[in-house]
Amino acid sequence: MSLITELVILVLAAWVGIEVISKVPQMLHTPLMSGTNAIHGVVIVGAILVLGAAAGGTVETICGIVAVAFGAANVVGGFVVTDRMLQMFRRRPEPPKENQG
Amino acid sequence: MMRDDLIEIAYLVAAFCFILGLRWLSSPRTARKGNLVAAVGMLIAIVATLVDGRVVGYTWIAIAAFVGGSIGALVARRVQMTAMPQLVALLNGLGGGAAALIAVSEYHVAGAAGEERLGAVLAVSVMFSAIVGSISFAGSLVAFGKLQELLPGRPITWPAQKLLNGLGAVVVLGLAAYASFNINDPLLWLAAVLALLLGVSAVLPIGGADMPVVIAFLNACTGLAAAATGFALGNSLLIIAGVLVGASGTLLTQLMSKAMNRSVANVLFGAFGGGGGSSSGVSASGEALPVLEISASDLAAQLVYARRVMIVPGYGLAVAQAQHPVRELADLLIERGVSVAFAIHPVAGRMPGHMNVLLAEADVPYDQLLEMEEANPDFPQTDIVLVIGANDVVNPAARDDENSPLYGMPILEVDNAENVIVFKRSMASGFAGVENMLFHDPKTRMLFGDARKSLTQLVQDVQAV
Repeated sequence: MSLITELVILVLAAWVGIEVISKVPQMLHTPLMSGTNAIHGVVIVGAILVLGAAAGGTVETICGIVAVAFGAANVVGGFVVTDRMLQMFRRRPEPPKENQG
Repeated sequence: MMRDDLIEIAYLVAAFCFILGLRWLSSPRTARKGNLVAAVGMLIAIVATLVDGRVVGYTWIAIAAFVGGSIGALVARRVQMTAMPQLVALLNGLGGGAAALIAVSEYHVAGAAGEERLGAVLAVSVMFSAIVGSISFAGSLVAFGKLQELLPGRPITWPAQKLLNGLGAVVVLGLAAYASFNINDPLLWLAAVLALLLGVSAVLPIGGADMPVVIAFLNACTGLAAAATGFALGNSLLIIAGVLVGASGTLLTQLMSKAMNRSVANVLFGAFGGGGGSSSGVSASGEALPVLEISASDLAAQLVYARRVMIVPGYGLAVAQAQHPVRELADLLIERGVSVAFAIHPVAGRMPGHMNVLLAEADVPYDQLLEMEEANPDFPQTDIVLVIGANDVVNPAARDDENSPLYGMPILEVDNAENVIVFKRSMASGFAGVENMLFHDPKTRMLFGDARKSLTQLVQDVQAV
């Protein structure tokens, strides 16, 4: 991939990110943080590439193992805890009032 | 290359899932679905990476992913909702650490391939993720330690701190530049270790009250470090996901520091809070200011006959584990025809949106939760405000007293309401160590004691009225 392509991706992703995230209400900012936390766990993809391609090199293997473990904990922990939080957000069961979200 | 195209398409689908997931976080109705979609996107990305032709060995990947994933799942299931900031800090640190390790490994691979210097893109991206990832890792662990109270929450300072940190930053950058032109593993390791120390010494002087900003800031750092590894590995998904997180962290950092009326720089370098408060319930002439008390039974009678009651919860409510009794009280009053809502300051709790989660856990329906901008116009029509475990976020000095360290911070203007009841353990000052004149306002009554006990008593008294 060329540098220009990567920079285009960077700028567009930043724009989309700001647009989408500025619409998240304050009420959901903690799940937003833990959810984006899980998303940056995507470094596990990089860690898998490092570790999977490590042809026996000690540095790559050690770095890769720790990075995959960190990434996996980050991803799983982030999504699980976000789900735990979000399932608690409920509307008032009885007379439906207007939604203020 | 058929397989590579399919992998790229899988990454595109994953990126789409992440964005859709974040989009659906804009409403509590769709938020849970959104998180699930993002998780599915992650699964697609991981599977696509596993079938990448460059990945040849699976044993270590399987073991490491299993161990890491199990620990992550276990902790995420067990953690108390009050401890959410610590967990977010910890997970954030892990992500930053992983990004730094990938950078160290890429650097080593380039050296092992016989290269003497890194190309410009690789140099910038590897050094950025190594340094920022390390700072994020160490800083997050310190933030975790402070929030978990393994470390003191007050700012820890030492002489010439800023100068030393600044010097450290310059040395790290110089080392990184030198290491880019002369590939030699120990050089980068040294830079990474210095960056770790920098992360520690940057977060130690930040007070506990500012942790929400710090966590959001470190969240942005980890996201950007992940994006940098995307440049190093030529991986589009890492760039997209990392930048999404970077954008989120940046927005939250700005929002939080705005809610505290401080610049981001002031939070990160100001060593604010704990010990700043000078006066303590004493007027200019040195006399103790009057404080009026109210009993639970008197308050119960007033509440039942009120038309509109607003509850302002602070972190003290969660510390006292009083979320359930407060919800019971709200339900009882609503049954009696009183209109009840919760007014939530953006920095209530220990991280953005924390109080909403704690109240949701106690089954408070989210349509009763008002943001500050919605609540403030309501206070003049409110008969009784119950301030429970909150202090600085209702301190009128933030609006009126130019000499107050809180001056300019947006507050919940509870003093516009008819009556204010403050639930408080004692007359100690708030998290920021600043005296609160609201407690001495003629329309304010104090209900001293443990918030949980007071509320439980209040619930009984309301039932008896």
